[in-house]
Amino acid sequence: MSADVSTVPVAPPMSRGRRWRAAWRRPETRWAYLFLLPWILGFLVFTAGPMIASLVLSFTDYDVINAATYVGGENYQRMVEDPQVRTALFNTLLYTVIHVPLSIAIALALAVLLNQIGGRFAGFFRTVFYLPAMTPTVAVGVLFLLLLNGQNGLVNAALGVFGIDGPAWTTDPAWVRWGIIIMSLWTIGGTIVILFAALKNVPADLYEAARIDGAGAWRQFREVTVPMISGSLFFVIIVNTIASLQMFTEVYTMFYGNAQSQLQASDSALFYVIYLFRQGFQFLEMGYASALAWGLFVIVLVVTLVQVKLGDRFVYYEGDDR
Amino acid sequence: MTMVQIEPAHEQPAGDRRRPPAGASPARRVIRTGFVVTAVALVAATFTYPLLWLVSASLKPRYQVFDNVLVPREVRPENYTSLLDAVPFLTWFGNSMIVGVMAAVTVTLSSALVAFGFAYFRFPGRNLLFLLVLGTMMLPAAVTMIPTFLIWQEFGLSQTQVPLWAHNVFASAFYVFLLRQFFLSLPRDTFEAARVDGCGYVGLFWRIAMPLCRPALIVVFIFEFRASWTDLIRPLIYLQDEALYTLPRGLKAVLDAFGQGGEQQWEIVMAASVLATVPLIVLFFCAQRYFVEGIATQGRKG
Repeated sequence: MSADVSTVPVAPPMSRGRRWRAAWRRPETRWAYLFLLPWILGFLVFTAGPMIASLVLSFTDYDVINAATYVGGENYQRMVEDPQVRTALFNTLLYTVIHVPLSIAIALALAVLLNQIGGRFAGFFRTVFYLPAMTPTVAVGVLFLLLLNGQNGLVNAALGVFGIDGPAWTTDPAWVRWGIIIMSLWTIGGTIVILFAALKNVPADLYEAARIDGAGAWRQFREVTVPMISGSLFFVIIVNTIASLQMFTEVYTMFYGNAQSQLQASDSALFYVIYLFRQGFQFLEMGYASALAWGLFVIVLVVTLVQVKLGDRFVYYEGDDR
Repeated sequence: MTMVQIEPAHEQPAGDRRRPPAGASPARRVIRTGFVVTAVALVAATFTYPLLWLVSASLKPRYQVFDNVLVPREVRPENYTSLLDAVPFLTWFGNSMIVGVMAAVTVTLSSALVAFGFAYFRFPGRNLLFLLVLGTMMLPAAVTMIPTFLIWQEFGLSQTQVPLWAHNVFASAFYVFLLRQFFLSLPRDTFEAARVDGCGYVGLFWRIAMPLCRPALIVVFIFEFRASWTDLIRPLIYLQDEALYTLPRGLKAVLDAFGQGGEQQWEIVMAASVLATVPLIVLFFCAQRYFVEGIATQGRKG
């Protein structure tokens, strides 16, 4: 790219505005925007427009049938005072704080083991670990409703082998959240594949050098492996966190919908997006649901920005001299 | 944005790089590897067991579904015919196929178009717009969910399958990002040579970039097909008529009617779950290479 610079005649310096106008006269620019047109249209109609619309709606009372009426900050005040929002937020954050580190730790451990095995075996096991992630999310919910069943579920049968009398994971409000976390660990295949791919890219010479310097297995892991895959680790942490904060399908399948489960009363499986969905589309409280949506947006934004800030400190990028 | 590849030291003889670490005898290495393989195999068995259990339970008579025996004592394939008699499962299956293919085809074409625009052209506003693309990846779907519903209602399409895929006509940030990476990796000389030969920009995209990026396009197609095949929230919002249901919505209806809080005919719910899962597993085995490659690429930074 830099090579052709010398062949281009050097243009006299221009003002910013003139350069911009000159660039627009180039057919290349117009073609570029033509190629980008689908995304620009979609951004305006399905992202920017709806974002503004939901912000406006969040200051109104709107039930689809009657015209929206302006209610000021009432929805936001209701949100702060709503005990169910507090429960939903608590459940969602608790799930995120436990699911993300736990699933990534397990995925990393399995990826490291796969990397040690190497070759065809590792490929085979990788496939096996990924299979659960191919199961449709609703089917995962259905399956775990039975596996986690307190009386005759497979999970408690397995615990029974070790003499542990397992709890009623799907009906006891004290245990439901933990049951959901167990379920979430079954579908970590994607994370395993990403981390395994990153591990394979760590140059063998680095381990060799560390070994010559007398580093043991743990120190090699801490000081070679983790820094070398920190980019991928950072990626799976961010993506998993954003996804966890929006958990919906599995839990909705198991505990909501037409099925009247006694759990709905205790709200121990109430996640934030489930609450938002029910307010908006079952109770038609579209104004309140929009306020909830903006609340979620702010939460996701803050959490992600904090992670990015922290990530800058520990992520090592190849070819980066920082 | 360029990635610096660490070159292997070429002076070294190839075989030398694989020598066992100093201090570990071959015998000890074999024992260690055997230990690791056994441990991983045990975990792998745990991961697979629920799927096998699901298939097995779908073939058991009602009163044995919960017996936790892997091989059914009595095999009842009739569970599947009972399911097909009770609900329009094949219709749902067809709906999911149509919606899935529409979603995948539209998003692949539109995202490729946009990605090529970002990768090939140099134009004012490029970096800013691309930053915007990346930014939208973080946006929770819930934020735009309600106004999007109102838009479709305005068009009179809120009770149809159109809202399940039509937004894909306008490209999707994640796939734009993924495909841009692939387009950027193509040697620029290929394009310049074609330009010299009189090839227009549309030709560059359609006749040169697209064929070269076929693997990446397949990745996008299967990812989106899977996403569509497992999507529950959109069908919950948009589909009221049972005849329009896609599989996840249908499976949820089966669970509500025959399982939890329903008639407790779990063998039927299990059969429905198996039928909803099998196509994805088949797709995975057919396109395994693309799945693995696609997922691994995500983790690599741009």
